[in-house]
Amino acid sequence: MADPTRRQLLDMLAADGPATASTLAAGLPISRQAIVKHLAILAGAGLVTSSKHGRDVRFVVETERLAQTAHWMAGLAAEWDARLAMIKQIAEAQR
Amino acid sequence: MSQDWIEREIIIEASRERVWSVLTDAHHIARWFGDSAEIDLRPGGHASFGWKDDGTYLAVVERVDEPNVLSYRWARGVDEKPAEGTSTLVEFTLTEVPLGTLLRVVETGFASLHGTEAAQERAANENTEGWTQELAELKEYAERQAA
Repeated sequence: MADPTRRQLLDMLAADGPATASTLAAGLPISRQAIVKHLAILAGAGLVTSSKHGRDVRFVVETERLAQTAHWMAGLAAEWDARLAMIKQIAEAQR
Repeated sequence: MSQDWIEREIIIEASRERVWSVLTDAHHIARWFGDSAEIDLRPGGHASFGWKDDGTYLAVVERVDEPNVLSYRWARGVDEKPAEGTSTLVEFTLTEVPLGTLLRVVETGFASLHGTEAAQERAANENTEGWTQELAELKEYAERQAA
C-alpha cells in the first residue's frame, strides 16, 4: 500500500494545523528524516507547502489543492468502476 | 480525501479462472481497457494499452500469481516508460466468494507523481465536467447488459 504514512501526515496536518517535521515525528513511529522525505513528496504533488518561522520549517495542507486532487481521484475511481463493470460483463457473458 | 490510492471492487458471477482470462488475455483487455492491448504475462514483461483517440500507454508487469494476483506499473504519459514519479501501480486481487469472484483493483502512487504531471492530469480532467457522468452511464449500461 503506497502510502499510509503520507495519508496519516495529511490527516494530522489537516486536523491539527501547521506543524514542523519534528512535531509530526513525535506522533508517529518513524524517524524525522523519513517524515521529511514523505513531506517532500507531498510538497512535490502540491498537497502541502512549507514556510520558515525562525529556525522552524512549518508544513501546511493545501486545502484547495487537496479538494482538486480529490475531484481528480474521484474521476479516476469512476473510470475503474466502468472498467470493472466491463470486466464483469465480459466474464459473465462467456458462460 | 487525503489518500493517494484508489480501491474499487466488484462481484462477478464467474469463476476466478474466467475473470483471470478477461484480465490477462489481450483480446479481452482491448474491450475493457482501451482499444488495443499487448501483454507479456510474466514479471518484468512489457505491456501496452492503446486508445485510438489518445495514444499508447506502456506498462511493466510486476506480479503474476494465477488466478489470484496480477499487478503492473503503467506510465501516465503517452509512449512513456513507466518510472518512479510518472507511473502508478495497478494491482488486481481475485477472491473466491459464494457468488463467484470478488475482483478488487487497487491503484497506488498518486502522491508520488511529479507535481507538474499531476497538475496536468487534473487540469485535463477538470475541463471535462461531463466525463464522470459519461462513465457513470457506461457503468449502468454495462451492468444492464450483464444482468
